[in-house]
Amino acid sequence: MAQPMQTTVPSRKKAEKHLPYWVEPAFTIVALGGFVIYAIWEVFWHNTGTYQNYVSPFFSPGVASWFGFHVLTALYVVWVPFLFRFSCYYYRKEYFRGFFFHPAGCAVAEPNSHKTRVYTGERRFPFNLNNLHRYAWYLAVIVLIFLWKDTVQAFIFKNGFGVGVGSIILLINAVLLTAYTFSCHAFRNMVGGRKDCFSCANGKPSTGYKWWRRVSSWNHFHGGWAWASLFSVWAADLYIRLLIMGVFNDPRLF
Amino acid sequence: MSEEIVLSIFRGDAAGGQEVEYRVPLTPGMVVLDAVHQVQAHQAQDLAVRWNCKAAHCGSCGAEINGRPKLLCKTRLDDYVGETVHIRPMQTFPIIKDLVADVSWNYEVAKKVPAFQPAVPVPFQMQQFDVDRIQEFHHCIECFLCQDVCHVLRDHNAKDQYFGPRFMVKMAEFEMHPRDGGDRVPMLAHEAGLNMCNVTKCCTEVCPQHIRITDNAIIPLKERVADQYWDPLRALFKKKKAPAATEQSVQG
Repeated sequence: MAQPMQTTVPSRKKAEKHLPYWVEPAFTIVALGGFVIYAIWEVFWHNTGTYQNYVSPFFSPGVASWFGFHVLTALYVVWVPFLFRFSCYYYRKEYFRGFFFHPAGCAVAEPNSHKTRVYTGERRFPFNLNNLHRYAWYLAVIVLIFLWKDTVQAFIFKNGFGVGVGSIILLINAVLLTAYTFSCHAFRNMVGGRKDCFSCANGKPSTGYKWWRRVSSWNHFHGGWAWASLFSVWAADLYIRLLIMGVFNDPRLF
Repeated sequence: MSEEIVLSIFRGDAAGGQEVEYRVPLTPGMVVLDAVHQVQAHQAQDLAVRWNCKAAHCGSCGAEINGRPKLLCKTRLDDYVGETVHIRPMQTFPIIKDLVADVSWNYEVAKKVPAFQPAVPVPFQMQQFDVDRIQEFHHCIECFLCQDVCHVLRDHNAKDQYFGPRFMVKMAEFEMHPRDGGDRVPMLAHEAGLNMCNVTKCCTEVCPQHIRITDNAIIPLKERVADQYWDPLRALFKKKKAPAATEQSVQG
């Protein structure tokens, strides 16, 4: 039997008919680049992300307010998810293909400009810092706990429990971020991947083995969770920003 | 009259060469290797192509079809109807003649990989769920398509700095073996050049055995390197727990 969720043999049509190689890096440039530009606008041009009981994921937890700072309040938090995503094994593939053309596609020649520079992969600064991905994961889990607190808070209105469109958006965002965080390759290593023998204690599958299998099955879709959670963070923040700007009111479902 | 397919096959050697067009009749279920054999039998008896099993098991017939590394024997021609099929040798390795590349560098690298080192006297028993993980790596047929597509070897020719994905799989196979006592992590971090890999996953995309090379071999090995070299907290914790760690020896 193979590893959990090992790639099964794809259907022949699926295997043979590829999109042109530039589609994926072009999507990455547009989606990831667009998100980064939006994040810069959000972080450097706004100081609050709270609308009634909704808190934007860019501004949670409110670290700045703990220390009495009221300028660039998102900046104290956003570096954590930025580091987590920058060092993520999935995003490395995407940005090395999309932004650095190392390579832009499989068996696609790298640009001539690369030939005059020494390639060092992830051996030199700053890419060697990707080895610290697990530390970014620890910090991301702390932020995630606060996002779940915000999600619960999003269902508690002035007159008690209720559900608004914003509550649903924040809930979906928290679920997707949880899936992304706990399908991480570093977490997969932590829970059991670093062990060579899962049965050596008593001949039975260890708890680490069971976790490793489970995380491996989530990890198979890590790329999907990565994009879905990126768009959900974007959507949640944009929704709350538009509420703050008074563009529309939050529809209450009940 | 049966349908024809146009093959544009590289003819030449280390001194140079060019693609030459051949037309062969298309028959149902035909693979690229069949067509190359047709050309060899009827139009160009001196065409060089390496092959053995014609069943995607020996890994001999790796080449580049329309710019993508593939096995000639596993690539069906009905996927290319209406197109010219360009067939060239693997680009990462020196060419010998026509479609035959010199892959001997890989065998030199293979000699450097420390072999299995049993931690307990043989014969020993293992649980199936313990070996599931490494059995995926046993599917490798050493076609070297992953080595061919790896941009570290292909574009940067860093063969002196990186063993390549095939040998990351090989090292993972031994390193994750439940009864292996060797420690290949220092070699992975230095001589084998694991961190030359920037996880762009092309090796996984071209693997004809569908081994998840990056996710199941390279990234777990990178995490093991990080365990040993990039995790001060873990090092501190391990030092404090050092006396108990000896109990981790491999017992049945």
